[in-house]
Amino acid sequence: MTTFTDILQKFYLESPNRACIYLQRSGQDDLSISYSQLIEGANAYAQIYAKKGIKSGEVVVLILQHSPDLLYAFWGAVLHGAIPSIMPFLTEKLSPERYREDLSALISVTKPVSIITYPEFEGNIKDAFDEGDSVREVILSDEIPSASRVDFCLLSGLQHSPDDIVLLQHSSGTTGLQKGVALSHRAVLKQLNAYSESISLDREKDVIISWLPLYHDMGLIASFLLPILKGIPLVLISPFDWVRAPYKLMHSVSQYKGTLTWMPNFAYIFCARKIRERHLEDVDLSSWRAIINCSEPVRWESHQDFFEKFKEYGLKLESLQTSYAMAENTFAVTQSNLLHPPAIDNVDAESLSTGGITRPASAESLSVKMMSSGRAIPNTRIRILNLDGEEVQEREVGEIALKSDCMLTEYYNRPQTTEKAFEGEWYLTGDFGYLVGEELFVSGRKKEMIIVGGKNIYPQDLERLVYEVDGIHAGRAVAFGLYDERTGTEEVIIVAEANVDTEEARYKLADEVRKHVTINSAVALRQVKIVPEKWILKTSSGKAARGANKEKYLREA
Amino acid sequence: MSDMISTLNTFIADEILKQPGRTFAANEALISSGLIDSFSLMDLALFVEDTFGVQIDDTELNADTFDTLEALSEIIQSRS
Repeated sequence: MTTFTDILQKFYLESPNRACIYLQRSGQDDLSISYSQLIEGANAYAQIYAKKGIKSGEVVVLILQHSPDLLYAFWGAVLHGAIPSIMPFLTEKLSPERYREDLSALISVTKPVSIITYPEFEGNIKDAFDEGDSVREVILSDEIPSASRVDFCLLSGLQHSPDDIVLLQHSSGTTGLQKGVALSHRAVLKQLNAYSESISLDREKDVIISWLPLYHDMGLIASFLLPILKGIPLVLISPFDWVRAPYKLMHSVSQYKGTLTWMPNFAYIFCARKIRERHLEDVDLSSWRAIINCSEPVRWESHQDFFEKFKEYGLKLESLQTSYAMAENTFAVTQSNLLHPPAIDNVDAESLSTGGITRPASAESLSVKMMSSGRAIPNTRIRILNLDGEEVQEREVGEIALKSDCMLTEYYNRPQTTEKAFEGEWYLTGDFGYLVGEELFVSGRKKEMIIVGGKNIYPQDLERLVYEVDGIHAGRAVAFGLYDERTGTEEVIIVAEANVDTEEARYKLADEVRKHVTINSAVALRQVKIVPEKWILKTSSGKAARGANKEKYLREA
Repeated sequence: MSDMISTLNTFIADEILKQPGRTFAANEALISSGLIDSFSLMDLALFVEDTFGVQIDDTELNADTFDTLEALSEIIQSRS
């Protein structure tokens, strides 16, 4: 078994000029980065980490935007043996105060020794530091020496063993209390090997195109580590550019003859509905062999919309694929067979919602087209468990449990959370699903989580923010997700009780809730509904019952 | 209120914020205030394009050019 550094060393010595990354930046030419350029740029960061006294195994937090610095700072940490964790950059949507509070909370648990950012951003993070916390150094992108030849013998990353933690990933939740998934070299490399087999990755032919942020597992693992460590050229589009101009994805595929892309379900609809024909002149998508739908529930309808829109540009139906993935298994748990469109299971909607055994749809019943997420990748085993933890039969809905050789080492510095997540050797995902043969159909989730555009959000985090608004009392609001066919994702609804009489006052309060929640969580809300007192249904223990309130909301809508 | 501003207002209230009947002041901040997020901004741009026949470039989808009904209607008028 090797480590990341061993692999980089091999590229550096054997194929230094091989194309590694094409970094696309709005209004500028694409920056082409070869392996030697990536590794030498990373070496400059490794030098500064060494100079600042950062030790192997210590955590460094990267707060950088889509830029060469982000790439170099990450790989520099790997070369140095430090543990990098990429955090989202402050956006105009989020309040700087909340950003600092979240960072401060993250520092208290993750205990990074250094934060790497831009000089102009330093002011924004300094206030997040508390007396006596773990941060010893703020490293600024303008103090980095120039790239230089690499002497691998001098790099402490080469001393890492495969079981050392190589990176931390924070993808779930909205606050600084996110869990950091700690992954070892071994886990990541086992995942990449197994997953490469599932998608028949081809070093000579494949080109990966991605607009995903690198702080998300789908962006970091499938669309960053996989190509770089497997020698596949990667075209990286900024997520911010993509949101404003989704057609750039199509242009990149066409220009670079892209073959593989991962994105969440909403992005299929977003591309299908928001891209204008005038932006697609001369676009050729025939090279695209798989666009893999992942990170939020997969919908057959979304694939149809995407296909209808882009088939005249050479898109093939079998290019639309699915995967079920999670950071705790490094990334993929399952993958559909890339040679055929994913299997569809037309089931009786009622049998799905009541649990138990899914029945095939009949003429009398309301049906749902469930789309398969494929089969377990070669190194991962899946079991479906009932409430007693017993394995269920085929077609019976239960909790998805998994076991593999690419699981997380731990939730970083959270031993109790780590212990709770496992039942023996099996990791309990909190997702519901059923098997037909070996095909996994994911049908829902046990945990009360909302997934918006592939981002996991806990309703209680949003409710806590609602209570901070004047006029709303603690316990008097519920947040829940509602799947919206128009956007292809769940949208967040907040219902809050308040004692206001006029419509105008309700709008005003709804606005305040919307603004406060958005700038403190970066989650956009679909609707804020202000309701009279005693509207919200409570459980016998006095908690707001989210499911029951969601049903009540839908009845009234 | 001009017809154009009223049309934009209706779209934002009905389709984006799901608050039919709501009115905004022409100089009320819509993006920098967090009312309209970047995904909805795209919807608004497409609506403008379809309704008024003017094109809005993706580099313009930000609070600098787009923040109020007034600013938006000025852009539309200057291009139609």
